[in-house]
Amino acid sequence: MHPAKSVIFFTTASGAGYGLAFWLCLLGAFGLAPADVIFGAVAFGAALSLITAGLLSSTLHLGHPERAWRALSQWRSSWLSREGVAAIITFAPIGMYAISWVFFDTTTGAMGVVGVIGALAAMVTVYCTSMIYASLRSIPAWSNRWTPAAYIVLSLSTGAVLAAFLFSAWRFEIARIWALIAALLVVAGLIVKLVYWRSVTAAPSRSTAETATGLGQFGSVRLIDAPHSQSNYLLDEMGFRVARKHAEKLRRIAIFSGFVGPAALLALAPLAGGAAGVLTAAAVIAGAIGIVTERWLFFAEAKHVVTLYYGESRA
Amino acid sequence: MTDKDPYTGADPKGVWFNRIHTFEAVDDATGQSRTVHFPKSCLHCDDAPCVTVCPTGASYKRGEDGIVLVNADTCIGCKLCSWACPYGAREYDDDQGVMKKCTLCIDRIYNENIPEENRAPACVSTCPAGARHFGDLNDPNSGVSAIVKARGGYALMPEQETKPVNRYLPPRPKQDSAAPSAPRMLKHEETDTNGAGLLARWVDKILSN
Repeated sequence: MHPAKSVIFFTTASGAGYGLAFWLCLLGAFGLAPADVIFGAVAFGAALSLITAGLLSSTLHLGHPERAWRALSQWRSSWLSREGVAAIITFAPIGMYAISWVFFDTTTGAMGVVGVIGALAAMVTVYCTSMIYASLRSIPAWSNRWTPAAYIVLSLSTGAVLAAFLFSAWRFEIARIWALIAALLVVAGLIVKLVYWRSVTAAPSRSTAETATGLGQFGSVRLIDAPHSQSNYLLDEMGFRVARKHAEKLRRIAIFSGFVGPAALLALAPLAGGAAGVLTAAAVIAGAIGIVTERWLFFAEAKHVVTLYYGESRA
Repeated sequence: MTDKDPYTGADPKGVWFNRIHTFEAVDDATGQSRTVHFPKSCLHCDDAPCVTVCPTGASYKRGEDGIVLVNADTCIGCKLCSWACPYGAREYDDDQGVMKKCTLCIDRIYNENIPEENRAPACVSTCPAGARHFGDLNDPNSGVSAIVKARGGYALMPEQETKPVNRYLPPRPKQDSAAPSAPRMLKHEETDTNGAGLLARWVDKILSN
């Protein structure tokens, strides 16, 4: 699949934003994060900016952005519609909780309940995003349970890495233990992603050139003449091939920059004393590069079954 | 259809659907091969994933005849339907920012201003070989249902679980080369002199010694 920049930015930025909001709401609600006003403003500002920027970028790549409101209507059948509805609903509890934290200095009690609701709503939204991809049978690499698992775990881990940086920047007491928790979440993300890659490589798809043409009854099928001499929408959108050549290298970059590097930096942070802020900042930057690479691969490596009509023998 | 720049320039661009792919199927056991010209269009699936994924309801399947259409006035151009379709039946129109697809020539098949025998999709009525058929596959007594039954019409990629309505007719079986009615096949070294002239048979006899 063609890795559109807007969708890569949307899924990674909103994912991290929802993850950060999830942890802020949850830790705040249980009184585990100090209700510092400036911290709350910066942290919720970052989370909501990431979420909003991602949603806007995904809206602007539409052919008719001015009609985007119509996408809220088909929530009963479409995961894309459900995601839109969930994203808008999620703004309410997270926004309320952020206002209560920043302006009313209240993070627990009744507002704590709102925080927990906001945290859950954030993950429901991420799940809806992942199901947009996981529900497409036409793209076998996405159509499995590891796709939603990876989206949720990566949202939680990238959000936790951001939280680790913010906690250590404010020198909160929770910063040291949180860096270790974030490191564990990053490792969990790596495990899920490795299983995803393994299942994508191992599981042969049910669709082949033989089933796509129905000519399997006469033998093995190959395309001998294409229907057109130029590229077309289908080949540009679904027949993306550049990544396959570098898939192995890019996977290594994703693994080291997105997971191994940040996990090591976070694990070292509690021992680094005053340098913890630098280490967690480095984890954020390395993680961002790695996760964008991972997301780019998620799209670029996924093969659409329509390519079976254009010379692929197995999708 | 919109054709932004269909016929000129080095990189013609446009949206069109009536494509003919050419496939070869080779029987690995006998080495026999068949070449099949393979037209593609929307299959108007009963369980159309392009309709399910549409967030706006612009993509819909008509209740009365099952034709899958796009409402260009409410489509937001998110392209998700083109991702969901296993058959590549949908294309994004860069010019208008909406999805385009085969309409089964809905403007022709119900058009009372044209003679009834012409009320068929353009791809059916213009096919000089009569290889395409149009009708109601839901009606077991329709002409198309009879053809599909008689010739073993099949669905493409049934494993995608979209329940495509359109059927493909397999190529007709090749003539059995052992049958008496089959045309004589030439061998490189023909030894049979049956049917040769008197002179040729005499020369053959001399040379065969």
